[in-house]
Amino acid sequence: MMRIRLAQPECVIDINDLTDLDYIRVEGGELCIGAMTRHATVLESPVVGEHYAIFHDAERLIADPPVRNRGTVGGSFCQGDPAEDLAAVGSAVRADLVIRSSQGTRTVPAREFHEGPYETVLGDAEMLTEVRVPIRPGATSAYDKVKRKTGDWAAAAAGAYLVIRDGLVADVGIGLTAVGAPHFCAEEAEAYLLGKPPTDDHLAEAGRLAAQAANPRADQRGPVEYKLHLANELTQRVLRRSVERAAGRS
Amino acid sequence: MQVTIKVNGTEVSREVEPRLLLVHFIRDHLGLTGTHWGCDTSQCGTCVVWLDGKPVKSCTVLTPMADGHEVRTVESLEVDGKLDPVQQGFMQEHGLQCGFCTPGMMMTARWLLDHDDDPDEATIREAISGQLCRCTGYENIVRAIRWAAEHAGEERAEHEPQASSQEVQA
Repeated sequence: MMRIRLAQPECVIDINDLTDLDYIRVEGGELCIGAMTRHATVLESPVVGEHYAIFHDAERLIADPPVRNRGTVGGSFCQGDPAEDLAAVGSAVRADLVIRSSQGTRTVPAREFHEGPYETVLGDAEMLTEVRVPIRPGATSAYDKVKRKTGDWAAAAAGAYLVIRDGLVADVGIGLTAVGAPHFCAEEAEAYLLGKPPTDDHLAEAGRLAAQAANPRADQRGPVEYKLHLANELTQRVLRRSVERAAGRS
Repeated sequence: MQVTIKVNGTEVSREVEPRLLLVHFIRDHLGLTGTHWGCDTSQCGTCVVWLDGKPVKSCTVLTPMADGHEVRTVESLEVDGKLDPVQQGFMQEHGLQCGFCTPGMMMTARWLLDHDDDPDEATIREAISGQLCRCTGYENIVRAIRWAAEHAGEERAEHEPQASSQEVQA
């Protein structure tokens, strides 16, 4: 951001030595990831994989290995790139973001954290310290992304989690990135799926509704029609993979 | 500002501008020009060095962020005139053409082999996926890393030291 002059801060504080914000733990029924946790650590974490495969799927596709050694979870959320993968993951799983300042602590839903490209609700003296995701018994999840090459931002990407009970969708979250979906999510597609069996037809309709939530721009990664197609197709893929993972688990 | 960084086992202290990138500190202030400066935007990976034991792109680390930490560069691979098996592998399998990506490739390869002594081709390709070879010599780079894995336990080859020493002056 500084290198390409999108940010020209007067003062930069190095927070890399705040190692007490580098942790992954389960606490009070929530998966808690410290803001200074490196992407590589998330990718290697069995605890994360056990509860939310969506994080592992996404991390495997974020940047490249040396960048994942350095980049942090908090950095990804706070940069607020409109093609950020973890923003879509956070919205999909309805994470809560813990924000601290000298005035105290507040918690903001991931779906309300970003106010626009590179803009978040963080105030000047505030800092994101933790990402919390409720652990949902029986939930399965997945993430998929289309990009031009390793290290590239997404042309489009989607993530989802599902809880299937008695053959019906009891809980669902769908996140999208790089396609201009408000708050990185697809609420109509979620509402449509609730209470229905996850059949191919229903997943296809959810994909169509997810694409309706998207409002992509044509750029070097593709025209609008292509990105809408990806939003639809990738949503179906991650839902289908979540269903398969649920079947594999039972 | 004053920074103190352990580079290839030697502690060095220098006065630097806070905005100095680590790659420039290594090359211009320490004279360790084995590490290359390429795209400057974390795309190409020729600037890969180890920071606290992990490969990072040194064009995207400010020098003060390495203050109090440990850096390892490609110059550390050769020990007492003997080549690292990774270096030997790049020679044996023609793992370089122009040589521009080579320092980053070798540092990533060394890290990979330290953590997986028998990586398959897919694992090697994933490990170097953040690094570009502008000669497109990936086949031979993969073979070079496989060579290093297969010859890990063998006697290290002697190497003729260069006239200009590239050791860090503390």
